[in-house]
Amino acid sequence: MPNMISLAQPQQRQFNPYTENGGTILAIAGADFSVIAGDTRQSEGYSIQTRYAPKVFRLTDKAVLAVNGFAADGNMFVKKVRQRLEWYRHAHAKDMPLRAIARLIQTMLYARRFFPFYVYNILGGIEEDGTGAVYSFDPVGSYEREACRAAGAAQSLVQPFLDNQIYFKNQTPAPGTSHPVHLPLSTVLALVIDSFTSATERHIEVGDGLEMYVVLSKGSTAFQSLGAIHGIQELTATEDGERVFVIRRELKKD
Amino acid sequence: MDHFPTNWGRPRNDAYDAYGTYPIAVRPNNALKDAFSAGVQRTQAPIVTGTSVLALKYKDGIMMAADNLASYGSLARFKDVKRLQTVGEHTVIGAGGDMSDFQYIQTVLDELMIDEFAEQDGHTLGPAEIHEYLSQVMYARRSKLDPLWNALLVGGYKDGQRFLAFVDLLGTTYSASTLATGYGAHIAQPLLRTAVEGNEDVLTEDEALKIIEQCMRVLFYRDARSLDKYQVAKITAEGATISDTRRLDTTWSFAEGIRGYGAQTE
Amino acid sequence: MFRNTYDSDNTVFSPQGRLHQVEYALEAVKQGSAAVGLRSKTHSVLLALKRSTGELASYQQKMFRIDDHVGIAIAGLTSDARVLSNFMRQQAMSSKLMFNRPIPVNRLVSAIADKAQVNTQEYGRRPYGVGFLVIGQDQTGPHLYEFAPSGNSFEYYAMSIGARSQSAKTYLEKHYESFEDASLEELITHGLHALRETLQQDKELNVNNTSIGIVGPASVHEKAVPPAGPFRILEGDKVEPFLKTMVPKDTGAAVVVPAPAPGDGDVQMAE
Repeated sequence: MPNMISLAQPQQRQFNPYTENGGTILAIAGADFSVIAGDTRQSEGYSIQTRYAPKVFRLTDKAVLAVNGFAADGNMFVKKVRQRLEWYRHAHAKDMPLRAIARLIQTMLYARRFFPFYVYNILGGIEEDGTGAVYSFDPVGSYEREACRAAGAAQSLVQPFLDNQIYFKNQTPAPGTSHPVHLPLSTVLALVIDSFTSATERHIEVGDGLEMYVVLSKGSTAFQSLGAIHGIQELTATEDGERVFVIRRELKKD
Repeated sequence: MDHFPTNWGRPRNDAYDAYGTYPIAVRPNNALKDAFSAGVQRTQAPIVTGTSVLALKYKDGIMMAADNLASYGSLARFKDVKRLQTVGEHTVIGAGGDMSDFQYIQTVLDELMIDEFAEQDGHTLGPAEIHEYLSQVMYARRSKLDPLWNALLVGGYKDGQRFLAFVDLLGTTYSASTLATGYGAHIAQPLLRTAVEGNEDVLTEDEALKIIEQCMRVLFYRDARSLDKYQVAKITAEGATISDTRRLDTTWSFAEGIRGYGAQTE
Repeated sequence: MFRNTYDSDNTVFSPQGRLHQVEYALEAVKQGSAAVGLRSKTHSVLLALKRSTGELASYQQKMFRIDDHVGIAIAGLTSDARVLSNFMRQQAMSSKLMFNRPIPVNRLVSAIADKAQVNTQEYGRRPYGVGFLVIGQDQTGPHLYEFAPSGNSFEYYAMSIGARSQSAKTYLEKHYESFEDASLEELITHGLHALRETLQQDKELNVNNTSIGIVGPASVHEKAVPPAGPFRILEGDKVEPFLKTMVPKDTGAAVVVPAPAPGDGDVQMAE
């Protein structure tokens, strides 16, 4: 019995308050719209915990937040952000503007600098000037406004693809032409779906379902291309202001 | 993620046994480390543990099962332990992990339900509310680095709605039509998914019971910390009931043929 | 003003067994402009008369949103109302956090009633100088409660508080049996008629001085209300279509006597 002694030794073990629940999120800003998407698989290690756990949440009629990382922290963080937005509504009788939500999120994340929410946040929506916007955060609150961002398990698969297709990195425009500054909604949705089918193919933690939130600016013409999309569902009650839609798609479940 | 395929998608805690079933659980080191740590004792490891809990959705509601064993490391210490518990009229919870922490959770929930009952205003806590509350408690404790070392299933039926969800010591939550904790998440969950997914509204009580029984049997054959004595809970429009202890029918005659187990000497 | 020996400290009973400070607090509610609440099988509504201190001032806020399913109308000290409504918002939010459940309306009302009761008993405190009408909907349907600084709370089919609210009450008592099956529009018309009873002679309800609070499905006059029918406050132009449903008072038959107003019989239903 060679190992008896070592087995009897006290083990040094410490409780680890974090885990990682896989999945990927992504957001792309257009001229007058924003698309925020995430897959719906939640996993731990090699186990799929559930095939449907939403990671993308509508905060207001013009702001949608995607959270990725440690799911328990993510859900709690969304809950706390929503509480703060509710108090803002009580105080000002209107929804908090997007850039203010972005700063709020940075403050809330940094408040936990020494016991962080292990969550990567991407905030998408419409600014007060009607432009589409995406803000991305790290777990302790560093943030910036961008045109597109992927985060989570398949970030390293998706982000280079977006760099190429959205920012036109490593592409040279045909002589006499230039790359478009903003892509139309139909193109963006196609890119999002392709990003997720590809990530599903090559990353075990991505798959099952896809939820894409589309936020349209007031009177946006991007709506025209939306009518043809099957299964699209409107979440806002009025056509007068910003509008939020959700589009759901199946992803491979293997 | 990096560019080394061997690092992709590896479970983070592969080598680490969440319920400390091997080797025999080590008691926390009570020696003073410094003046500040004195007087604070947190659960660093589970001691007396329960193994898997299984649950599924079927036509009439939710069915849940857990065996009656509480282990002390590898010792089968308590063999008549109830790991399923009704909470109010519409809900059952089932627990894996540390049994003393589970009993604490039971007292907390009992208090909660008594307070709710005392209001006598027609409002009752359903499974969804109880699950949310439990999640908050579990998450709050993990945030104090003083976790309640359990994986819990909450099943219920209220206002014509089935409810089934999970919460663990980290405060992680999720919902699905079949759920399993501990070893069952690896062994029973695939069987449950094959049998149940897509059939939630068709499965009868008898069929559901057969599936549960088969999964419990497979677990008893494969999980060294399991027992052939178990209980089944059923939550339907009629309310929540937990069965008496049942015994699995198992066959061991094949063991005779296994080299090193049967009568062979070499 | 009337005074006596037993009114300087609210923890002291008068020989008649009364707490004068508490009764004075109830008077403070009557100083505030009126608010009316009504309930049907599907809706609860609030109607309130806003006052302004003069031509140059804006109208005082009379209604507060507590949560998606609860709102209040106040009469009395606005500053006390803000303290209490803040407390109610906290309670509502903590119910959402702990149970993911909108707080049952009766528990919210009991919570502030208990808070108010403490102020009628403990030394060195004063009662709140404000009364509420609370409307809300929960699993047990739509509700209407009255909260008073005495620490009392009751549920009602219809109720009014504030200045000259007795006149409104008289109207409500006459018509309340029809409220249960009334449509939202009918309910509001009744509410406006009742609220009108509290006005001084030369005054009228208009888009500036009238607030309407609703829980329940949308009215034909409303746009963009989510299906759940969350609490919303209508003010300004949005009140206009409802004011138009009012039946003009037959001034000839009305006898000019202070409350209870015998002219009530002249008021017709909108139908």
